[in-house]
Amino acid sequence: MAFNIYDFTTLTKSIHEGLSSSYSPTATLAIEWTIVGLAYLLFVALFGLLLVYAERKVCAAFQQRLGPMRVGPWGLLQTIADFIKLLMKELITPKNADKFLYNLAPFIVITVTFLVISVVPFAPGLQTFDFDIGVLFVTAVSSVGVVGVLLAGWSSNNKYSLIGAMRSGAQIVSYELSVGLSLITMIILAGTMQIGGIVEGQREMWFIFKGHIPALIAFLVFVVAGTAETNRGPFDLAEAESELTAGFHTEYSGIKFAFFFLAEYINLFIVAAMATTVFLGGWMPLHFGDLSGFNAAMDVIPGLVWFFLKVGAVIFLMMWFKWTFPRLRVDQILNLEWKYLLPINLFNILLMAAVVLFGLHF
Amino acid sequence: MDELKEIMITTDEIKADEYLINMGPQHPSTHGVLRLLVKLEGEIVHNLQPHVGYIHSGIEKMAESLSYPQIGHLTDRMDYLSAQQNNEAVSLCIENALQVEVPDRVKYIRTIMSELSRLASHQLWWCVMGMDMGALTTFFYGLRDREDILDIFENTCGARLTLNYNIPGGLMFDIYPNFQRDVKAFITKFKTKLPEYDRLLSGNVIFTERTKGVGYLSKEDAIAFGVTGPTGRASGFACDLRKHQPYSAYDKVSFNEVLSDVGDTYARYQVRMQEMWESISIIEQLIDNIPEGDYAEKMKGVIKLPEGEYYQRVETARGEFGVFIVSDGKKNPYRVKFRSPGFSNLFTINHIAKGWKIADLVAIMSTFDLVIPDIDR
Repeated sequence: MAFNIYDFTTLTKSIHEGLSSSYSPTATLAIEWTIVGLAYLLFVALFGLLLVYAERKVCAAFQQRLGPMRVGPWGLLQTIADFIKLLMKELITPKNADKFLYNLAPFIVITVTFLVISVVPFAPGLQTFDFDIGVLFVTAVSSVGVVGVLLAGWSSNNKYSLIGAMRSGAQIVSYELSVGLSLITMIILAGTMQIGGIVEGQREMWFIFKGHIPALIAFLVFVVAGTAETNRGPFDLAEAESELTAGFHTEYSGIKFAFFFLAEYINLFIVAAMATTVFLGGWMPLHFGDLSGFNAAMDVIPGLVWFFLKVGAVIFLMMWFKWTFPRLRVDQILNLEWKYLLPINLFNILLMAAVVLFGLHF
Repeated sequence: MDELKEIMITTDEIKADEYLINMGPQHPSTHGVLRLLVKLEGEIVHNLQPHVGYIHSGIEKMAESLSYPQIGHLTDRMDYLSAQQNNEAVSLCIENALQVEVPDRVKYIRTIMSELSRLASHQLWWCVMGMDMGALTTFFYGLRDREDILDIFENTCGARLTLNYNIPGGLMFDIYPNFQRDVKAFITKFKTKLPEYDRLLSGNVIFTERTKGVGYLSKEDAIAFGVTGPTGRASGFACDLRKHQPYSAYDKVSFNEVLSDVGDTYARYQVRMQEMWESISIIEQLIDNIPEGDYAEKMKGVIKLPEGEYYQRVETARGEFGVFIVSDGKKNPYRVKFRSPGFSNLFTINHIAKGWKIADLVAIMSTFDLVIPDIDR
């Protein structure tokens, strides 16, 4: 098998050829899907755990403490231990809950994250789907997640859950607009909705540099709206601890709670991955115009590493928000979207259109 | 009775869009076992009714069968963040009744300890205020600095929270040799840390948006409800007993009574933040001038107050704490009543939180700095 860290197409091709030489086309497809599915499952589980650990450590650093230190070296096994604990816990269904919806809700939330993650380009050749409408697919599918949250709040038969779910519904529906519009701004610049095409378009220069002012505004709006979409602080109204105890997942326990928890962190990854792909060049290395020596040095670092470095930086930024800011109130959160972000976004689209039309970008 | 009915919530008064929720007795924002029955329409608070008594421990009744020096030990358990001031109030009340003049050294040490305890209490309030607003990082900043004060307390009297440091006639022990050095070191350090609090929370745009103009309490209402302490002073009610009825060594120091006439949640926040600076200044004025002398006046083995009624009030971190003792000349009191600041402050909440959102209710409650055992006693 030809393994090349810089380009995974050779690896996937050789696997495909190896399989088709000994199996029928249908069986080959079935085996490949299984491999891909398992790979995603493994990635989501491991990366979710890693993010939980990272959040604990980052949060600890902000709060002048060490974070988990006891289980394993530097507490590395702490999240795994916690996960095992969650697996072993009793699954409680409250009395008078709508049992079918109550059990369905966590699966909707986790399914949506799996669907979205399938279009994320990790490295050259390491992307499952590359639709023509990739960006549209991401925004469309990720908005289904709110259904899971609403169902969880509604079916729990708990007033705190219901308030949390309603807040979350209002919030996600509003911020979807900003996410969508800031992505559209970048699509104008990229000229394509295909995620592979967007990444390819940033070979010479990342879009955040290429589109300068409007791209920067779009990036800021995207990060703010993305934080709100993932229900993280300072927009964590849906689970506002001091007001609603735990919001929409108050009544969930064990593995179902773990699903919500994992989905939150994978959503965090998805928002960071989209920001990386659309604004920060995806897996493309950092290139500066004519500095050929510098560019060649940057090319040495594999695309996979670039991707995760950028994703890590955006995730760190979002954790920074969470551990610094107080929480907004529900009317303020909607004001921010409808009175500030949306007009800024609409104006920004015009600005970007003008920039592209008159060729004012780099 | 009619007035009472107005704030009582019954289920047959619920309109179509309204619903009831119980915040507490187990709820993150009530900081203890307080229960608020809240009538909501969507997110808007239409009415609320505090239910107290979940941690009632009958301290006043217990005091009737205890000797006078023993009463002081119970008061630690009421407002545990103002243990020093509560102790002091009981001791002062008994000393005044017996007309005992305590040495100056005792007065100075009591004042310093009271101010340290006020600082520790305000630090904890600040931590929790941030936490209630969703900024969890504040909690660790505040507790980090509070730890230094608790260390001083521990070295002084062996306890960190329930100090039991005052006895009728003076103090349980003298201060330890390095007390002054430690307090000065803490003050120097804390002066650099306090601006950090402002940088983290006070100026934050989300925080000011959440607090400015929210939960207005007018001066008239503050007086009518008997609101005292920083909560009252934020509404412009000059009620600082340290200034207006000085006890211990407060008449020997100069400090400002922090007042604000705004009366909203942000004003209550700012008054407490400014009070920390005033406390620092009081400690600085006293720490180098502690006079030599005895740390306690010699008292009789069995203390008996002359027949009569005695009242002494002090300014705790939450407001006016009063001790009312009725004596019939025996070795234990006939009746003891504590006037706790939290009780009066809490019951304004129905008045000022109506019409605000549930998130504002949490913020308003947080600026009242409630300690539930202080309310329930």
